[in-house]
Amino acid sequence: MLSIENLHVTVAEKAIIRGLSLNLPAGEVHAIMGPNGAGKSTLSYTLAGRDGYEVTEGSAVLDGVDLLSLNASERAAEGIFLSFQYPLEIPGVPALTFVRAALNAQRKSKGEPEISAPDFLKRAREVAGSLKMDFEMLRRGLNVGFSGGEKKRMEIFQMAMLQPRLAILDETDSGLDIDALRIVAEGVNALRAADRAMLVITHYQRLLDYIRPDRVHVLAGGKIVASGGPELALELEREGYDRYSKAAA
Amino acid sequence: MAAVKETVRTVEGLGEGYAHGFVTDIEQEFAPVGLTADTVRYISAKKNEPEWMLEWRLAAFERWLAMDEPDWAKLNFPKIDYQAARYYAAPKTDGPKSLDEVDPELLAMYEKLGIPVREQAVLAGVEGAPKYAVDAVFDSVSVVTTFKAELAKEGVIFCPISEALRDHPELVRKYLGTVVPVTDNYFACLNSAVFSDGSFVYVPPGVRCPMELSTYFRINASETGQFERTLIVCDKGAYVSYLEGCTAPMRDVNQLHAAVVELVLMDDAEIKYSTVQNWYPGDKDGKGGIYNFVTKRADCRGDRSKVSWTQVETGSAITWKYPSCVLRGDGSSGEFYSIAITNNFQQADTGTKMIHLGANTKSRIISKGISAGHSSNTYRGLVSAHAKALGARNFTQCDSLLIGKDCAAHTVPYIEAKNAQSTFEHEATTTRLSDDQLFYVMQRGLSQEEAVQLLVNGFVKDVLQQLPMEFAVEAQKLVAVSLEGSVG
Repeated sequence: MLSIENLHVTVAEKAIIRGLSLNLPAGEVHAIMGPNGAGKSTLSYTLAGRDGYEVTEGSAVLDGVDLLSLNASERAAEGIFLSFQYPLEIPGVPALTFVRAALNAQRKSKGEPEISAPDFLKRAREVAGSLKMDFEMLRRGLNVGFSGGEKKRMEIFQMAMLQPRLAILDETDSGLDIDALRIVAEGVNALRAADRAMLVITHYQRLLDYIRPDRVHVLAGGKIVASGGPELALELEREGYDRYSKAAA
Repeated sequence: MAAVKETVRTVEGLGEGYAHGFVTDIEQEFAPVGLTADTVRYISAKKNEPEWMLEWRLAAFERWLAMDEPDWAKLNFPKIDYQAARYYAAPKTDGPKSLDEVDPELLAMYEKLGIPVREQAVLAGVEGAPKYAVDAVFDSVSVVTTFKAELAKEGVIFCPISEALRDHPELVRKYLGTVVPVTDNYFACLNSAVFSDGSFVYVPPGVRCPMELSTYFRINASETGQFERTLIVCDKGAYVSYLEGCTAPMRDVNQLHAAVVELVLMDDAEIKYSTVQNWYPGDKDGKGGIYNFVTKRADCRGDRSKVSWTQVETGSAITWKYPSCVLRGDGSSGEFYSIAITNNFQQADTGTKMIHLGANTKSRIISKGISAGHSSNTYRGLVSAHAKALGARNFTQCDSLLIGKDCAAHTVPYIEAKNAQSTFEHEATTTRLSDDQLFYVMQRGLSQEEAVQLLVNGFVKDVLQQLPMEFAVEAQKLVAVSLEGSVG
C-alpha cells in the first residue's frame, strides 16, 4: 500500500527527515514511536502534503500513485487522512457542514455524485453514536470551544465518515483521559480493514495497549532506526529512547 | 506561506471576475458636463418638479459650494473634479411606464443581471419563492416599478421618488431632508442638489407590507455620477423589508455615486433594510471603479420602533458609508449587520452610528471585515447615549479577517455615555486566514479555493443569516466571487 524510500525532508532549510524508508502493506497497522524532535509530525505533514515541507530526495508512493506530485486535497482524494495532533477550530462552520463538504469534494474528484442529505445524516448519526458523541455537537462550529478530548473524537468521527485508505494518526492519544482513549481506540479498531492501512504515531506505548500494531518502528534523528513486533513498544516503555537517540546522533 | 501567496495571486485575477461589467448600448440623453445652478435647474425641469423642490435643490447647491470635502476617513484618492462629470443621464423615454414601452435592450440587461422586472418572474431556481416588488433605476431614472397595483391595495406606496414628488408631494415634502438634513455633510448636500431618482416607500399605520420591496441601481453611462435618493416612511405599527442592489460596468475612469437614504419610523414600526452592494471595484491594479459616498440614516421617532441595517459590501473602489440609527423613541432599537470585503486596491471606511436619545433604547452591531490583496478596510463606529437615554444598551462585535500580508484592517470605535445607566459592550478580533486552517481543510479534500470559501463563509455567517433567505444565497455567492483566487 504505502511505500516510502529514502525520504529526505527539510523544513525552513533544516533537514528533519534524513533517509527514511518504510513499507506499510494494506490491512496492517504500524506504529511509529520516537523521542520529541525525531521528526514524527514532520513525517505526517509531509505525507499529507503540507506546504513548507520540502522533499529533497526519495519517494512516497501509495498503491502506485506518486504522492509527492499531488497537493494536499488531491492526496485526500487518493484516500489519505491525517488525524491532527492539534485539530484546528473553524468558527461558523458546523462539523456536519464541514464533513459533508469534504466528502462531496472527494467524491467529485472521483467523478462520483454527491451524497444525499438523508444518507449523509443517517451515516453521521450512526458514527456519532458509535463514538458516543452528542449529535448536537456536530451542529456547532467545528472544534470551537471543544476540549482536547472532544477534538480528538471529532477527528475520528471525520475519519470514519471519510473512510480513507491510509489513515495517519498523529499523537491521537495526547489530551485524552482513559475513558476517551478507550472510545477513540475502539473507533479506530472498528475501521481496521483488509484494504486500509494505518500509521499510528505516538510518543507513549499506552495507546498501543488499545490499538495493537502489527509492526513498531522507532524514529530517531530523521530515520527508522529499529523495527519489530509489538514487544518493541514495551521495551521502549521500559528503557526509553536514549539508546536510539544516541545511535541516531 | 505558499498557500497565502497563491491566494494573493488568485485575488489579483479578480478584476476579470466581475460579472456585471458589461455596458448596455442604449440611446440616452445627458445633462451637459459640469455642475452649476443651471445643472440643478435642468434636472428639476426634466423631472417636472414642483417649484418648492427646485428651490430646495438650489438652496442645497448654494450651501454645497461653501462646504469642503471631508478628509477624516482613512481613504486615499485623487481630488475629485466635480466639474468633469455629468449629473444626469437617462434613456430617451419619459420616466417609468408600462413594461411594453420599455426599451427591450433594457429588459435584456435586467434579465442578464437576474433582476425580475416582469411581475410573473420569480427568483430563478427558488421554487415557490415569495413575490418581491422591484424598482429598477438606470443611471438617473427609474425605468420600471413592479407590483405597484397590488401594493396599492394595501395602501402601500412604492414608486420612484420623482413620481412621488408629483403624486404625493405632501408626503415627500413632510419627510424629505428631515432625517439627513441638507447640510448634514458634503456628499449629502451634493445629493440634495442633484439627486435624480430613487425609491419612495410609504407604509400606512398597521400595515405589514405583503412582499419584499427592492430597488436595483445600475450605473451605465460613462463619466456620469449617480445620485439617488431613497425615502422610506413606516407609519405606526407598520412593517417593511427592503433590499437594495447595485452594479456598474467596468470602466477605467472612476465614477461617483453619492446617495442618501432616509428612513422614518413611527411608534411600533419596523424596517429591515438590506443592501447587496456590488459596484465595479476597479481592476487588479486599482484602476477604475466606483467612488461610493453614501449617507444612510434611520430616525426611530416612535416608541418601540425597530430598524435593522444589513449590508454586504463587495464592490466600489472607495466606500464611505455609515448607515446609522437615531434611537429617539423610548424602547426603540437599532441593528447593524455588515460584511465588508475589500480586495486588490479597494478601500473601505464603513461602519455605523447608534445615537441613543430615548430611554431603554437598544442597539446591536455585528461587523465583519475581510481584507485581501493590497486593500484597506476600516470599521468606524460611534455609539453614544445621551443624558435622557437611561437604560440604553449596546453590544458591538467587530471582527476582521486578513488574507495575505499586504492588506490592512482598522477598527475605530467611538463610545460616549452621557449618563451612568447605560451598558455598552464592545468586542473586537483580528485574525489572519491561517495556513494551518487552510491545510486542515484541504487535507480533508477541499481545493484551496473551496477551503477559503468555507472559512470565509463561516466567518460571515452571523451576518448572512440576517438577510432575507433568497438574498442570503445570492450574497454568499457574491462573497465567494469577490474573494475568488484570494487563495488558490
